[in-house]
Amino acid sequence: MRLLNLLFPERRTSAVIARERLKIVLAHERASREAPDFLPVLQKELLDVIGRYVEIRSDMIRVNLGRSGDTSLLEINVEIDGAGVKPTKNGAAGDGRAATRIEPGAAAPWVKPS
Amino acid sequence: MAGKVIVLTSGKGGVGKTTSAAAFAAGLRNLDLIMGCERRVVFDFINVINGDAKLNQALIKDKRNDNLFIFPTSQTRDKDALKRDGVGRVLEELKDSFDYIVCDSPAGIEHGALTAMYFADSAIIVTNPEVSSVRDSDRIIGLLASKSRRAEFNLEPVGVHLLLARYSPERVRKGEMLTIEDVKEILSIPLLGVIPESESVLRASNTGTPVVFDEESPAGRAYHDAVARFLGEQREMRFLQPERRSFFRALFGRA
Repeated sequence: MRLLNLLFPERRTSAVIARERLKIVLAHERASREAPDFLPVLQKELLDVIGRYVEIRSDMIRVNLGRSGDTSLLEINVEIDGAGVKPTKNGAAGDGRAATRIEPGAAAPWVKPS
Repeated sequence: MAGKVIVLTSGKGGVGKTTSAAAFAAGLRNLDLIMGCERRVVFDFINVINGDAKLNQALIKDKRNDNLFIFPTSQTRDKDALKRDGVGRVLEELKDSFDYIVCDSPAGIEHGALTAMYFADSAIIVTNPEVSSVRDSDRIIGLLASKSRRAEFNLEPVGVHLLLARYSPERVRKGEMLTIEDVKEILSIPLLGVIPESESVLRASNTGTPVVFDEESPAGRAYHDAVARFLGEQREMRFLQPERRSFFRALFGRA
């Protein structure tokens, strides 16, 4: 069968393209439909918190609930590369909450020294 | 007696919901035109919900079938009057006197369509082998599983069936149309029937006769098969091959 497929590859007819487009669109839509309702709120709150310390735009944070085997995986991607540290007065975050100021170039406090 | 509510739904418009609903007999909406009873409408669904008319004053008996009644919904009045409670109350009343209540659904995935599908016991998803129709069907299937009454009350899920309409074997052969297998695989719901694209459907709607009454028409016969399958009969799928037309029919015949 595989040999046959190699000899006669499926023609790229418009129907084949339609099927592929549908599969991609639906995979995306089904994933967002099955996502729990709290994800957008979580994303917004994370954005607020992180935004107190670094300049960040809403498109720089992505929250996904994935699944691998029987484990649910909450995946949070925050892109801060190139994001400027927010200028703050006396080391505190802009809204006056206490925060540890990270000097540029210094290791982040959550990274264990090797 | 407790009748079953069957909703014909699709998301996308123009895919053949009303034609299919007429084929599945009795209903709400444009059915009065398809069934040819438009001049007999006096009271409609909204009158009954508002208590201006009794249910039996609004039901119109079909001329061809003694056990078939049409329950029209006004096309001109504000359909927001069709609130969920009211619709539910009327459906409960209908369930007492009828075995099957076939609901045609408005197009779209908003208020009207959601109200129509909310009370469904079974849903027939009318889909065309075409990208936007399959996509909308997928959304409707998702909503039936999460937003219907059966889903909300943790009852047995709505029975979902695929009715693939306006299927053209010839275009599938040329690779211009999604195949039955493609649509089945993508939507993964059981296939109830395939209705071939047929000129007889427009002829039937022009004259106000449901296409099932056209014994000559492949579409009509395919609907007959689909209804029989819905009622549990095993029937082979027909009209899936491009029609072979003789030279003379190609010259003089009509489809």
